[in-house]
Amino acid sequence: MELNLSSEEAAFQDEVRAFIAANYPAEMRVPNPETDLSKEQMLLWHRILHQKGWIAPLWPKEYGGPGWSITQRFIFEQETSRAGTLPPLAFSVTMVGPVIYTFGNDAQKQKFLPRILSGEDWWCQGYSEPGSGSDLASVRTKAVRDGDHYIVNGHKTWTTLAQHADWIFCLVRTDPSAKPQAGISFLLIDMKSPGVTVRPIITIDGSHEVNDVFLEDVRVPAENLIGKENKGWTYAKFLLGNERTSMAGIGRSTRYLKRLKHIVKTEVGEDDPNFGEFIKEIARVELDVLALEATELRIVAQMSRGIDPGPAASLFKIRGTEIFQRITDLTHQAIGNYGLAIREHPVSGNRFMPGPDYGHTATEKYLNSRKLSIYGGSNEIQRNIIAKAVLGL
Amino acid sequence: MDIQLTEEQELLRSSIQRFLREQYGFDERRKIVATDEGWSRKHWSAFAELGLCAAPFRESSGGLGGGSLATMIVMQEFGRNLVVEPYFETVVLAGGLIEEAGSPEQRQAFLPDIMDGSAIWTLAWAEGKSRYDFNNVVTTARREGDHFVLSGSKAAVIGAPWADRLIVSARTSGDPRDRAGVSLFVLDRHSPNLHLQSFKTIDGRRAAELTLGDVRVLASQMLGAEGEGVAALEACRDRAIAALCAEAVGAMSMLNSTTLEYSKTRKQFGTALGTFQVLQHRMVDMFVALEESVSLMQHLNLSLAAREPNGSKLASGAKSKVGYAARFVAEQAVQLHGGMGMSDELDVGHYFKRISSINIQFGDPAYHLMRYAQQS
Repeated sequence: MELNLSSEEAAFQDEVRAFIAANYPAEMRVPNPETDLSKEQMLLWHRILHQKGWIAPLWPKEYGGPGWSITQRFIFEQETSRAGTLPPLAFSVTMVGPVIYTFGNDAQKQKFLPRILSGEDWWCQGYSEPGSGSDLASVRTKAVRDGDHYIVNGHKTWTTLAQHADWIFCLVRTDPSAKPQAGISFLLIDMKSPGVTVRPIITIDGSHEVNDVFLEDVRVPAENLIGKENKGWTYAKFLLGNERTSMAGIGRSTRYLKRLKHIVKTEVGEDDPNFGEFIKEIARVELDVLALEATELRIVAQMSRGIDPGPAASLFKIRGTEIFQRITDLTHQAIGNYGLAIREHPVSGNRFMPGPDYGHTATEKYLNSRKLSIYGGSNEIQRNIIAKAVLGL
Repeated sequence: MDIQLTEEQELLRSSIQRFLREQYGFDERRKIVATDEGWSRKHWSAFAELGLCAAPFRESSGGLGGGSLATMIVMQEFGRNLVVEPYFETVVLAGGLIEEAGSPEQRQAFLPDIMDGSAIWTLAWAEGKSRYDFNNVVTTARREGDHFVLSGSKAAVIGAPWADRLIVSARTSGDPRDRAGVSLFVLDRHSPNLHLQSFKTIDGRRAAELTLGDVRVLASQMLGAEGEGVAALEACRDRAIAALCAEAVGAMSMLNSTTLEYSKTRKQFGTALGTFQVLQHRMVDMFVALEESVSLMQHLNLSLAAREPNGSKLASGAKSKVGYAARFVAEQAVQLHGGMGMSDELDVGHYFKRISSINIQFGDPAYHLMRYAQQS
């Protein structure tokens, strides 16, 4: 399914496709790019896109964006995702970057934006805490003003790829007496500051993506405050809006669906009792993808006519994650007895994995994708958002 | 239809519960899984001393005569504690096959070592392309004098890296997918030309791919009648399913109580999670799923104990129904624990993974749903 593209847009689509084909690094094509690449390898594609001027499609031209239309941005997103390229680090480019150019001062823009674009700085997100998951406004990490510094104490958790990070953007409580949303500030903290400790959290698939980040008497220059003190909630919500737009994951689901079909064709004979069930379930999920893709195109068309999409992001998040979970579930079932095996981490250990290559990541993907309905605002929270904002309940 | 346990059965249950409570906490289990072997011989010996390894076998075989209900009791408690020792493989699979299909000499030769805990066994029936079909056997066994010579490969054999002996299915006649012509053989794990490649399983166990490059075995090591291995394996699968369903029910009951407890203590938006109606209904559905699973699991075990004729159809029905229910409970337990449910540190994810593994062993819920339908 395609948008109705003008000839310029069609030419742009061809250009993007050709650029990916010619430039995506072969060494990034590993069985599971999310877990198998080193920091340096992850940054290879980032740097190539930066050189091309395509690293930050969302950003206005004056800050280093490519100046694309909504349709061009969509085409780029679609093509990179269809090609299975590893998206550049979202915490840097999609999340903190727009907060800095929208709410930051000139000094902050000059200091941080170029280093985000070049990949020099790796950012992580200091939002969740042990006591603050879906209820983000309840953050307890404290920042107390001391001259021209803040002294920060607290514990952030589920911090994705903090082990690689140079900087962390944090929600901190600066006014403990105000209402929860009113006492929060948005603070940028150098990960090399004394008092910052990163502790790995291993997840059920055996991988190390997330971390605890402990902040103990960390001295943060007051110039690292974004916008106004106690206005951080506004910036945080702005950022979450960006986080959720990208969760439809049509390209990824389409690729994994194609692979699932191949596995079922190879592994499950037509006389297997499961065959009919697989055919039916694959058709069902394919229609789910088609419907979500059509919804996405409809919303893109509306947005390019200047219509506010409202909480469409919540719909994309719910359905996009449910669809991908279903595909990973079916893929795990499709590899049969070999679904018992799981790769050991780090995967560079070159340990023996049984069964055909295409099944080697099926188990870990099934396990890892359970997180999708939890993170970025759980799917229960997304349903609450739609109930309130769309249905008026 | 609720099972009223006899005094003897109650005693068995409470002795396992006491032992596991004292010796098999989640931290202890974590240490066991992290060792090279991945299971504990010390705990295994204790299971044998408690009589668990002899519990299901007939008194005429030297066992305690507990039958499938004894297995059910053991497996349910093992499920609650995520026990990784190879009880299922040694006692339920191999022990059951030897008792049901073996000759008196074989029973005498093999069962005592199983019952006193001195031998570890496993069963190798699957192959790379067999999926869940016992008929689909490419590995061959050809007669040479008073020996058979086995060649081929076996897939995803749980417990193989640590087993002393293996029961292996191989084709003595017929075409790769014929029901007739499959025979079972007892092999020493250290037999010449038997090669293992080990790997870790999703639930922290060890398994292996087996390559048989002309493995010689005495004809007297054939288990059951020549060419009739599939029927023996089918009966073995019914017992296996009854045991796995009991284990799944044990795991589900732990997930439900842990999740309920968490929903009462975890606060978000100024109130306990358990006060949100959407989560209340979710946990009600988890409760219903468990109740139905307990019922069907008990029904299956009683039917097998009474050797009722429709046992095999019922086994497939239970494997499907309990499997779907367990998957639902496990996925929702992770979801309701939020990020913590994804963490390797918490037990919830490990129950999830054991249930995922149970759902693959001897056929997934969709496979058994179709098998059930085809027998209706």
